[in-house]
Amino acid sequence: MTSLSHLKRLEAESIFIIREVAATCDNPVLLYSIGKDSEVLLHLARKAFFPRPLPFPLLHVDTTWKFREMIEFRERRRRELGFELIVHTNQQGRAAGVDPFASGSRHYTDVMKTQALKQALDKHRFDAAFGGARRDEERSRAKERVFSLRDANHRWDPKGQRPEPWRLFNTRKRPGESFRVFPLSNWTELDVWHYIRAEGLPVVPLYFAAPRPVVHRDGTMIMRDDERLRLQPGEMIETRMVRFRTLGCYPLTGAVDSTASDLDGIIEEMVLSRSSERQGRLIDRDANASMEAKKREGYF
Amino acid sequence: MTQALCEATARRREASEEALVPGAALAERGLLRFITCGSVDDGKSTLIGRLLLEAGLVPDDQLAEAERESKRYGTLGGALDPALLVDGLAAEREQGITIDVAYRYFSTPRRAFIVADTPGHEQYTRNMATGASSAELAIILVDARKGLLPQTRRHSFIVALSGIRHVVVAVNKMDLVDFDRATFQRLEAEYRGLVRDLGFAGITVIPVSARRGDNVVARSSAMPWYRGPALLDFLETVETEAAAGERPGFLLPVQWVNRAGAEFRGYSGTVAAGRLAPGDEVVVLPAGRRSRIERIVTADGDLAAAGGGEAVTVTLADELDISRGDLLADPAQAPQPRHEASARLLWTGEASRLRPGDRYLLLLGTAEAEATVTRLDAALDLESFEPQAAAGLAMNEIGWVGLRFDRPLVATRFDDCRTLGSFILVDRASNETVALGFVDDAGEAPEQEAEATAPAALAGQRPRLVDASWHLTSALAVGLVTLAVTGSAPWGLAAAGADLALRPLLQRLHAGLAELLLAAAGREKAS
Repeated sequence: MTSLSHLKRLEAESIFIIREVAATCDNPVLLYSIGKDSEVLLHLARKAFFPRPLPFPLLHVDTTWKFREMIEFRERRRRELGFELIVHTNQQGRAAGVDPFASGSRHYTDVMKTQALKQALDKHRFDAAFGGARRDEERSRAKERVFSLRDANHRWDPKGQRPEPWRLFNTRKRPGESFRVFPLSNWTELDVWHYIRAEGLPVVPLYFAAPRPVVHRDGTMIMRDDERLRLQPGEMIETRMVRFRTLGCYPLTGAVDSTASDLDGIIEEMVLSRSSERQGRLIDRDANASMEAKKREGYF
Repeated sequence: MTQALCEATARRREASEEALVPGAALAERGLLRFITCGSVDDGKSTLIGRLLLEAGLVPDDQLAEAERESKRYGTLGGALDPALLVDGLAAEREQGITIDVAYRYFSTPRRAFIVADTPGHEQYTRNMATGASSAELAIILVDARKGLLPQTRRHSFIVALSGIRHVVVAVNKMDLVDFDRATFQRLEAEYRGLVRDLGFAGITVIPVSARRGDNVVARSSAMPWYRGPALLDFLETVETEAAAGERPGFLLPVQWVNRAGAEFRGYSGTVAAGRLAPGDEVVVLPAGRRSRIERIVTADGDLAAAGGGEAVTVTLADELDISRGDLLADPAQAPQPRHEASARLLWTGEASRLRPGDRYLLLLGTAEAEATVTRLDAALDLESFEPQAAAGLAMNEIGWVGLRFDRPLVATRFDDCRTLGSFILVDRASNETVALGFVDDAGEAPEQEAEATAPAALAGQRPRLVDASWHLTSALAVGLVTLAVTGSAPWGLAAAGADLALRPLLQRLHAGLAELLLAAAGREKAS
């Protein structure tokens, strides 16, 4: 088996899943989080429907706390590729002043991410939403189906999942129910980077190591992306050579020390790495089985 | 840092250094997809956790978390419980059981693996079957103290049903039977006897202790009498033959019709079998219309040919009415659309039982139809692995059925093509997936014969024994009737003898004629 055939096989499987949604769901949407997995997902979707343009829009849930470079990248890709993009922010949450510092990460994530996502899905009556999650990311994700059925309140029932043998997806649902669909389920983090390199896809520069201003907080390095991050007594801004393995809201995303400044460097670093990808995600550790709890509530 | 953590870290560093080969070479190693199955508490999750741990494949932060949780939920008195590395749902950790399949991705310098850790509880058998459907090899765990359990039998049968041809029997908890060789040998003999007729190509039996790590990654000094490979060593080197599905002639189920502007009409799908190329003749089933492949369109440029597993979009030389669920096929090797099929079902419906006469939505490839269960021939008896008469199927039961479709459907035997030989049944009211199905016979044989014979116990073929006894019975009946009518024993005997000799001949003649007629009808419809 060659490198190409392994990636081609993953690619073909994902394209099959994406087409299955277009063929059997009424109003799909692609959750675009601007990260590397989203970029791969978007690329696969464009391949699935070539030569016609995407038959569905992209949705970005903007918490207003994303890294600035992420938003710049989003706008750049919108110009280059010309896709339809819906940007949604939970305005009630914003008006109420919910932020990742004062509100606590758990409440903040619930209001600005989970509730915001539900608002957007309900408002546009989307019945299927693609996400870039992979089973190798986290233990509860390892348990989720490719077609994950959610009830009218977007809740996941991990104990009552439908069997999903072969490539036969039962896409029947009742009015109000919807699917979260994960075409990258069987990809690993390393596969994603190999594919990005093989296909020459662009990614947000934050993935590459560069000198960046960080503060040490709760055992994590947080980058000061704007002045909203106020220093606590004793904290100091330090310029360090760091990069990010995953991207999210900057106050909740930990940086890692790294000198990997290109794709080859990232791939090499990952092969040697002894920590998992989501280690830098503060919200994963809020409570035991925390990702599962959030997913049950309707988080992606 | 505990000792386990230190050791695992050291091993991981070693493994990483070995694995550090430049990008392309890294992905060139083969991929093996396998499942672990067995009864509850046989130690499946512990084994996978142990495998990951010993091979140095658990990231430090996940290991530290598992150590924390071991103190809270662990079954080993606070020591690191490897099962907690894989059981991902809160309910699973609290109850110490596996509810749903967990997929794990790991690689060693020699091979990449996708493992589906499947639940042991009977209640979650359908999740086990989901895992089996994508695997090439199965590890079946047996508790050395308990021996072969009903779930061992059920899982072995489902593994065989799913087309898996290689099994590893891990006789676990050897430490709890003092690493006793006789116990191991007895279980090995029992298992080989049990699955003799299931058609496995390779059965490897390994004595292990998942909790301690004996024979998992390295050969154990506690069992010097065992001369075979350690589990990981075996997984890294086992050769599983290519999956079934190599029937001649291409098959491309149409998944989605691509209308990019007024000029372009493409048919998107994943090639289910064979190879196709521009210029190839194509028949569109079930309608039977003919055309030629014009282009194979992909975002990376047009292809000169496409083979099994590739996701493509083709255009045809002629404008035909084609929609999702149709099949593009090589006219020389095209399967015939059918209204009936016989199949094996694994019933997964929780709320409802299967009853003959019920109707369901059937999804096969990209096609769907309404299917009526015309008959339930038998259900599997787990003790004997033999078919037995049954009035219905409950959850997790396996049965042989006849199906009738409300429209012509193209299906193949499961062994000929996985994509067109497998299906699911969906309850229209609840949307529940109530059965996984395996096509045994897509109606190629004359219907009379299919109805007259009982299902085969194992491989899905009609048993010759039943055929023979049916012939004997009918010959006896003819003889008795002749005896009653003529009152002459010699005449009765003669009639029975003639029936015995001539009936198979006539049957074959009838089958041949029927096939000829059907083929002629097919051609007429096609032209």
